[in-house]
Amino acid sequence: MKRIITATVQDRAGVLNRVTGLLQRRQFNIESISVGPTETEGVSRMTLVVEIEDEQRLEQVTKQLNKQIDVLKVSDITDKAVVVRELALIKVASSSQLRSEINGIIDPFRAIVIDVSKESLAIQITGKPEKIDALLELLRPFGIKEIARTGLTALLRGHQPQVNELTHHTLLK
Amino acid sequence: MKVEAKKLEVQTSTEPKTGADLLIDLLKKEGVETLFGYPGGAVLPIYDAIYRAQGTIEHILFRHEQGMIHAAEGYARVTGKPGVVIATSGPGATNLVTGITDAMMDSLPLVIFTGQVARSVIGTDAFQEADVMAITTPITKHNYQVQSIEDLPRIVKEAFHIASTGRPGPVLVDVPKDISAGFLTAEPEEASIDLPGYQPTTKPNPLQIKKLADSISKAIKPVILSGAGVLHGKASAELTALAEKHQIPVVTTLLGLGTFPADHPLSLGMGGMHGTYAANMAIYECDLLINFGARFDDRLTGNLKHFAPFAKVAHIDIDPAEIGKNVPTSLPIVSDTKEALTELLGQDIESPNSAQWLEKLGQNKQEYPLWYKHDPNGMCPQWVIEAVHKVTNGDAIVATDVGQHQMWAAQYYTFKEPHRWITSGGLGTMGFGFPAAIGAQIAEPDSTVVAIVGDGGFQMTLQELSIVYERNLPVKIIIVNNGALGMVRQWQELLHGNRISESILHSQPNFVKLAESYSIRGYQVNNQEELITILPEVFAHNGPVLVDARVLQQEKVFPMIAPGKGIHEMIGVKP
Repeated sequence: MKRIITATVQDRAGVLNRVTGLLQRRQFNIESISVGPTETEGVSRMTLVVEIEDEQRLEQVTKQLNKQIDVLKVSDITDKAVVVRELALIKVASSSQLRSEINGIIDPFRAIVIDVSKESLAIQITGKPEKIDALLELLRPFGIKEIARTGLTALLRGHQPQVNELTHHTLLK
Repeated sequence: MKVEAKKLEVQTSTEPKTGADLLIDLLKKEGVETLFGYPGGAVLPIYDAIYRAQGTIEHILFRHEQGMIHAAEGYARVTGKPGVVIATSGPGATNLVTGITDAMMDSLPLVIFTGQVARSVIGTDAFQEADVMAITTPITKHNYQVQSIEDLPRIVKEAFHIASTGRPGPVLVDVPKDISAGFLTAEPEEASIDLPGYQPTTKPNPLQIKKLADSISKAIKPVILSGAGVLHGKASAELTALAEKHQIPVVTTLLGLGTFPADHPLSLGMGGMHGTYAANMAIYECDLLINFGARFDDRLTGNLKHFAPFAKVAHIDIDPAEIGKNVPTSLPIVSDTKEALTELLGQDIESPNSAQWLEKLGQNKQEYPLWYKHDPNGMCPQWVIEAVHKVTNGDAIVATDVGQHQMWAAQYYTFKEPHRWITSGGLGTMGFGFPAAIGAQIAEPDSTVVAIVGDGGFQMTLQELSIVYERNLPVKIIIVNNGALGMVRQWQELLHGNRISESILHSQPNFVKLAESYSIRGYQVNNQEELITILPEVFAHNGPVLVDARVLQQEKVFPMIAPGKGIHEMIGVKP
């Protein structure tokens, strides 16, 4: 199962290496990882998407992460009400004749063209990973030259539903 | 000439303090009395500071970094205090790697200072540069690279705090040469610990204690498993009190030997791969398994499918990540073992009705004791351990390497007290025993310390014979010499179709002459009479002694749980 795990960490040298090294050593597969500063100075936040076999392994991964001295807090937010976003930059092969057709495809996704050259277009899209996957599928026939994805980042929603409603809000499972 | 000398004196007294001077001050403030060290280019400023400290802090110069870190481990095991290690950059640091990993696996507190090249050349493959931070990140509890002199007081304080609290472990501090050689601009302020991400839980949840108390009173076949966490918590007395109060039998792990007196009627001995039949069957059949500070290592559990299959498992551990890691646990209690045991002793628990259970376990002990058969062709290694036990009255500190002799020492040296048994459990490091014994002897100069080692392992770190001679440390070295890497040979014989592949040591040094070349007394013994004759003088001698005890090569460690088998599927339980 795919889980979204966030970790707030002290912004010290080697902390990213600690976290990824730990996951590698304990044989957890990281699908994506994004890191950046938070509202508190000196504290960074990592958002990890990890592929995990079962509950027992999930418990291990959070415990092992928590054990790191520089890790402040670890949360598995998969089953919480969250907003999830990822940004992707996609370079598509495109002659001038195809531009309007591509524009027609990306419009409903609220993606934008950020670079144009004779043979290609660069497109920027933000959204849930599934939305990005869907756009990529549609663009594939044109010939995708390059993709750069940031990996997912997430925030808890301001309002959390009651426990009995939680499963409805699961984003990844 | 006279004028010049005077000028020089003035210069040294006004010279500002270096980072290295500050480091030595900070170590003294932490109560460090002994440094286990080896100098080199990147730590020259630190050694200069040690020189200037004029013997106010003792430094012991080992002959190899691996030897010194194992000695620091032995010191830590006996005292419970962090062993402090200093090594230079590059090869000095990489030679420590085995010892650091060993300490990590067996939760031993160490604070390790490694030199590093100056910050201006870090990353340029400078002379004796190694990426020690990356190398040691997965094998330390935490590590630091000092980036400014001002950070030193906080880092040293945090390093000692992290190493010795919670679940102890090694902490490494990498000190670039320009930091140790750099001058202080002002006397640094008192540092405080800033570790918001490190707050170990030491007190148990009262609700969970109540639940455990309830489980104890309802159990019919309860068993206590006592691990190294009881050593770290200094909770042997409490554990013994709980076992006696409620008549609960006790199994100890390899590292937990001595946490419960092995000669106690409630003791079932050691569990696991070479544990006793009574201990392993008790774990298999019990209905309540109370684990105090053991991490359910695979050498204890055997095949997890058959480990305590009928039991409710309670696990008391200061490290939450150990609970539920290998064995599903229905009663998790994150706590220091002493705190949890004290709470339990304060509970009004109705003792379990375990009379029948105890009787059965007693029968198992009677019927399936540890065994070996004397052989007219030579000396049995098990007997050597028994003889050493007898002559030391079971009171010695015993350190071992890894392999057959380690298991025989665990089986036949009946430990009555905690902190007397030093062995490499988790990592299984050959070459650990002799230097670890040196560290123990440094910690306790007046205690009898025995290094029970194999002929293979001893040859990995024997260069430290220099130290025992130089410091007249009366370590007694017993080489259980079977001319083979015995445990490898045993597995090849039993599990690999008797194909004895590269596990016989065809040529050996003359160990007696070797000892003599270090000005140490040496004996070679080939049979029981010889050993009985010399042992009293060996232990009466106030200095180091080496005994090369030639034993039977074919002898195997039994009983045994073969790899992949369950804890109830032992072989060699009877002659």
